[in-house]
Amino acid sequence: MSLNVSNLRVYYQTLKGDVKALDGVTFDIRDGEIAGIVGESGCGKSTLSNSLITLRLPMKFVGGYVSLDGNELPLQDHKKMGGFRYKKISIIPQYAMNALNPTVKLRRLISDLLNCHGVGYDEILPELNRRLDVVNLDRAVLDMYPVELSGGMKQRAVMVISTLLNPSLLIADEITSALDVSTQRAVAEMIVEFRDKILVKSVIFVTHDISILYQIADSIIIMYAGKLVERAGTEIIINKPIHPYTEMLISSLPEVGVYHNDKRLKGIPGKPPQLLSPPPGCRFKERCPQAFEKCKEEPPMIEIEPNHWVACWRVK
Amino acid sequence: MLELINLTKVFKTGAFSSGRFKAVNNVSFKIERGEVTSLIGESGSGKSTIGKMILRLLTITSGEIKLDERNISTIKGAELRQYYKKVQGVFQDPFSSYNPIFKVDRVFENLHDVFFKELRQSEWIDKVDSALKKVGLDSEQVLGKYPHQLSGGQLQRILISRALLLDVSFLVADELISMLDASTRIDILNLLADLKKGGLSILFITHDLSLGYYLSEKAVILYRGHVVEMGSTNRVFLNPIHHYTRRLISSVPRLDRKWKDIDSLQKNEKHSLKCFDPAEDGELEMVEVEKDHYVAVKRR
Repeated sequence: MSLNVSNLRVYYQTLKGDVKALDGVTFDIRDGEIAGIVGESGCGKSTLSNSLITLRLPMKFVGGYVSLDGNELPLQDHKKMGGFRYKKISIIPQYAMNALNPTVKLRRLISDLLNCHGVGYDEILPELNRRLDVVNLDRAVLDMYPVELSGGMKQRAVMVISTLLNPSLLIADEITSALDVSTQRAVAEMIVEFRDKILVKSVIFVTHDISILYQIADSIIIMYAGKLVERAGTEIIINKPIHPYTEMLISSLPEVGVYHNDKRLKGIPGKPPQLLSPPPGCRFKERCPQAFEKCKEEPPMIEIEPNHWVACWRVK
Repeated sequence: MLELINLTKVFKTGAFSSGRFKAVNNVSFKIERGEVTSLIGESGSGKSTIGKMILRLLTITSGEIKLDERNISTIKGAELRQYYKKVQGVFQDPFSSYNPIFKVDRVFENLHDVFFKELRQSEWIDKVDSALKKVGLDSEQVLGKYPHQLSGGQLQRILISRALLLDVSFLVADELISMLDASTRIDILNLLADLKKGGLSILFITHDLSLGYYLSEKAVILYRGHVVEMGSTNRVFLNPIHHYTRRLISSVPRLDRKWKDIDSLQKNEKHSLKCFDPAEDGELEMVEVEKDHYVAVKRR
C-alpha cells in the first residue's frame, strides 16, 4: 500500500476561529494508481494536497495519521518532513507556471534544487535529458529563462523537475486548469506515461474537471465541504454513482453533443456551507433533494461494494 | 443583426512601439437576432480582442462592425451611448467587475445616472426589481450587500440583469462562466438560453467546447487571429474539417468516450482540401464545404 490517510484533520486558523477545511478524511492509494480528487472550490482538495507537502501557518494539524510506503509522515514537523519532501513525495503546484524563478536559467534552478537535496547535478543529467525527451521538450530549454517558454512548456518543465528523484507519490494540483484543451490533453497523458514508466509510483490528480479524470484516473475521490462523500473506481463513479452529490455533479456537466433545447441540464441549487462553523450532520443536506430526518446525524463512510465507499444515509 | 467585416486589430509592442502584433486578422462573420454564436479558441487566439472591439473598448485597426446595417466602428458621444443601450458585455471574473468597497447596488446606480436620469426613484426600483427577477434573483436577497457576501453565480446574474435594464439586443459574454463551479455554471447557461428565446443575440466567447455546444447554434473557431472554421455548431463539431478544429475536438475530455477511441475514429476520415495554416502565412479563403459550414483554405 502506497499512501494511507486516516482521519486527517487540517484547519485554518483565523481571527474568527478555525476554518475546518479538512475534517476527517480517510482513504488509501495503491502502488501504480492514479487517484483523482474532484470537488468545487473551497471543498478542501488543495488543502489536502498542500498539507501532504508543507503544512504551515495558518494551516494547523489537528489530528489524523498519514503513512507512505509504511512510514508515518510527520506532517506537523516541518523539519522532519524535509526527509520525505521531493524525494518520496513531490508536488506539481497549482500555479506551476509561476513556480520557476524568472531570474535564473532552468539549468541553474535544477542544480540548486538538487544540491539542496544532496544530489549531484552531473550524475543526474543523463536522466534529466531522457525525461525531457519523454515530455517532448528540447534539451536546449535548460539554457533558457522561464519567460522564453510558453505556458505548456513551463508546465512540462515543472513536471520533469518535480519527478526527477522518482518520488513514490506525486501530487498534481490543478495542473491542467489553466491550459488549452489540446495542451491539457498532452499534459494529462504525460502523467499517465510517467506512471507507466514507473518514474512515479502513484499519483494524486487534483482537479475540478471530472471529465479529465475519466480519461486518465484509475479511481476517483469526490470531496464536498471538507469531507469525502464517495470514492470508487473511475467507471463506477462516472456510470453508477450513488451519493446524490456525485450524481448531480455529473449530470450537470454539458458535453459535446448535448444542446440545451434537446436536453436541459440542471445545476445544484444553493451553495456549500461555511466551514467556519459547518452545520452538524451531512454537509450536503441543505442542497440535497433526497435529504430526510436522519441526515441531521453525520453519515459514516461505508463500503457498499469492494472498493466503493459512500457517506450517505440513503445507502443501505 | 451584428456583422463583422474584415475586422483586424494590430497591437503595438516592444520598445517605442516598434513591434507589431496582428491579434485579429481579417475576421468576418454575422450574428442574427435571437442567435447564440460561440467564439472558440485557445488563449491568445484573439477571441477576447474581438469581444472588446465589439464593445468599443479597443479601437479598430481596420475593418467594420455593423449593427443593423450601420457602421459603428467610429461613433462617439451621444451616438455611442445609444449603442451601449443595445450592446453590453459581461466578463469572466465577477469579483473584479465590482468595486469591493461599495455595495453591489452601485452597478445599477451608475446606470441610473447615465441612462435613466429622468426616471423617478420608485419607477427605477421597480425596473431594477423586474430585471433581477428575469435572472432569477430576489432583490431583497442581493441588494444592499457587498460583493464578497454573494456567490460568483449571483454576481454574474446581477451583471446580466444590469445589461437587461437597458433594452439590450446583443450581449457579449466573455468567458462568463469559466470561474464558476460546475454545479452552478449550468444554471447561468440555462438563463442565457432563456434570454435567447426572448430575442437576445449572444456572442459567447469560450475555450470550453462543450459549453459552446450546449448553448449555441453557430460556432466560429479562431486560431491565431484567423477564423479557420465556422458554421452551424452541429456541423462544425460533428464533422470538423480543418486540422486545428479536429485536434481541438479530439482533445476535449468527454465522459462517454476515452481519448484513444476518438483518435482511432478520426484516422479513418479523409478529405482533399488544403486547409489554411496561419504559420505558413498565406492568404485564406473561406470555402463552403456543406450547407452553413465554412472552412479556411489556402488561397491560390
